[in-house]
Order: sequence, then structure tokens, then C-alpha cells
Amino acid sequence: MARITYILHDGTERVVEAEPGMTVMEAAVKNSVPGIAAECGGACACATCHVYVDEAWREATGSPEQMEEDMLDFAFDVRSESRLSCQIKVTDALDGLVVRIPEKQI
Amino acid sequence: MKTDAIIIGGGPVGLFAVFELGLVDINAHVIDILDRPGGQCTELYPEKPIYDIPGLTVVTGQELTDKLLDQIKPFGAEFHFNQRVETLDRLDGGFRITTDAGTVIEAKVVVIAAGGGSFTPKRPPLSRIEAYEGKSVFYSVRKMENFRGRDVLIVGGGDSALDWTLNLQPVAKSITLLHRRAEFRAAPASVQKMLTLVESGDVSFKLGQVTELHGEDGQLRSVTVKGPDGATFEQPTEIMMPFFGLTMKLGPVADWGLELHENLIPVDTEKFETSEKGIFAIGDINTYPGKLKLILSGFHEAALMAQQAYHYVYPDKKLVFQYTTSSTSLQKKLGVK
Repeated sequence: MARITYILHDGTERVVEAEPGMTVMEAAVKNSVPGIAAECGGACACATCHVYVDEAWREATGSPEQMEEDMLDFAFDVRSESRLSCQIKVTDALDGLVVRIPEKQI
Repeated sequence: MKTDAIIIGGGPVGLFAVFELGLVDINAHVIDILDRPGGQCTELYPEKPIYDIPGLTVVTGQELTDKLLDQIKPFGAEFHFNQRVETLDRLDGGFRITTDAGTVIEAKVVVIAAGGGSFTPKRPPLSRIEAYEGKSVFYSVRKMENFRGRDVLIVGGGDSALDWTLNLQPVAKSITLLHRRAEFRAAPASVQKMLTLVESGDVSFKLGQVTELHGEDGQLRSVTVKGPDGATFEQPTEIMMPFFGLTMKLGPVADWGLELHENLIPVDTEKFETSEKGIFAIGDINTYPGKLKLILSGFHEAALMAQQAYHYVYPDKKLVFQYTTSSTSLQKKLGVK
């Protein structure tokens, strides 16, 4: 199990337990964390599960692959720490992961 | 134009509805806002494998669409792409729909297979952007002439952004292409053409993302752009065209007087008919107790819908249920006998 902290745009923190193998998007949706729309259901085809990965976790989560980087063009306020949460697989090594949810998904 | 059935939505369920209706001699016209059949399957995940279509261990969105098109070929349905059904009028013994492209079709039954709704351009969440839309912020080009002699800012790095950069360049006074990075997810030929225009000074390319709009009475004067280094600058422009992809919206269906529940259309589970006789809803757009948004559920719904639709199209005839494995008349319709 990995504990993931989602920091909502208003500063509220939501901590969920995620099973390895799930994605950070699935863990959010399954636990009704608001602010992750995931319109396409995890196909890396919509950019509505955009998150900002906390500085301390950038290395552990890796960097986006080409398809994800392309899809981030469709997100709003993209930063260097931007990821699509459907493309981050939960592993035991991500226990303690912190991600921030942007103000809006488009 | 007159036909038996109008199918709104050309996704997998709309396509299979052509098949089920065809088996019971009901001709159909299919209308879709996209430029090709397949709906979400081809628009969102053409390459993505689907594992839960009965009998097909694995199939991609594009392959499933191609197979369905092949399967419905004998029924010769007419397709109307690139248009959205705007209005639905009740006639004596049928319906009339009008699309935003001016297509008018009359039919005895209407089948709404619109999935998550119609694909519409994504609106960037910029403060007061609504006030500029249609006046100086556009998501598509209806008439190139409206852009003649104007300063145009195009935002994005995909095919739409590049196509309009190239198409509007000869018409507009100036074109600025703004994108968050120097890589483009578009046809290599378009990228090359754009880069050539940038080199010759005919198109200006800038790196960054829009954070604010400035102007009055719907007329844009400039936008604030945050550059890759985090510093902001003002970009003067008369027109902005943001291209952030598509999202799904229920759209005009909501105004047709049908009962709705959380943007879905409630139906019965015997005929998949809406609150109004002769109007059916199948696939992801409908709701009923236990509904699962699966393509296979939509296929089942299409089959049952067709049984009831038959009674509206042929009120004086009795429908005899037949199997495609044994019925010569069905096999003739399918062109295999």
C-alpha cells in the first residue's frame, strides 16, 4: 500500500491508501477526491487528470513520456512539475507521494 | 429528406443501431459532429485496446469502428458528418431534425446515441473569456473573410492550431502562434511549413501560456502571457483562437423537452424509449437502474430499441422475431444469401 496526499486547490488535504498497480488518477477517483475529472477514463486522451507533483517526489515519479507530454498541451497552466495522474503508476516506492490539484481541469 | 430513423451519434452504439434497425427493414440516417464515424473510439482512443467486446479478445477503437462499418454496409445508411443536431420538432406521426449545417431530415423515429454528448472545443479557464467569445475569441473559423486584415493570436501546438496558422496567414494582417513548448504534436508537413513562415518573418512564434485577457465590450486588446522562465509579457492582439482539444457536452439535446437526470436520459429497460414515444436513447447517454456504460450494453439496447421502433415505422405489420443463423430473409438483407 502507498499513502498518497492530494492537496486540493483550496489547500485541503486528502490522504488515500492506494494499491500498487493502480494509477494516481484511479486512486483519486476511487476515493472521490474532487478536482480530478479523468473524462477519458485513463486513456491519456483528455488531460483532465492534471496534477502538480510535489518537488520532493519529482524524481521518484519520473518524467512524462512523449504521449503524455503531447497531451499536456491540452491542459491549463502547465508547469515543469505537471503530470497526468493517469500516467503515474502507484508502487510501494511512492508511499508518501504528494500531488497538488490545479484550480481547474479543462 | 425523409427516412425511417434518425440516429444521433455515430459511435459504436449508433453504428450497431444501423444494423439492428436494418434487420427489421428500417432505413437510417446517422448524424455526427465529428468528421468520421467511431465517436469516442476513434476520437479519444483509436489505438487503445478494448478487451470486453464479446467474441473479440482484443480490439482497438479504430478496429472496432472499422468492423462495425463493414458489418452495417449492407444497410446503406446515410451519414452526415461535421454537424450537430440543433432542433427537434414533432410532426404528425414523426419528427423533424435540423442541424447546424442546415440539413433537415424527417423520420418516424429518433434514436439518440450521443454518448457523452457532442464534442466541443475546450474553453481555457481564463477570467471573463465568455464575454469575448464570438466577438474576438473563436474556437473555429466559419468565414476566413472575418479574419482579413486582423491581428490574430493562435494558441496551441496541435493540428488545429497549425492548420489555422497556415490557412489564416495569407489573410490576416499578422499571425502569432503561442505554444507552451517548441515541440508540436501535429502533421510533420504542417510543422515544417509553419517553421518556414516563422523563418521568413510571416508568422511570429512565441513560447508561453495565456494567463489573462484584456479588452472591453468583447473586443480583445491584448493578453498576458507567462513565458517559460515564469516572466510575463503583454501580447497585443485583436483576435485569439485557443486550441486545447475537445471535450464532451450534452448540447442542444437538453432543450428538446425530454426528461433528464444528471445530464443523462432516463429510459425503460424494455424498449429503451425516453419520456417521449418514438424517441429512444441508447448507449452512454441513457440511464436506468443498474446501467453500465459499456459498449456491449449499448449493443443490447440497440437490439431491443429496434423491436419497438418497428411498431412505429410499420404500425400495421406484425414483427416476427428471427435469427440471422437460420432466417433466409435476414440473410438476404445481409447479402449473404
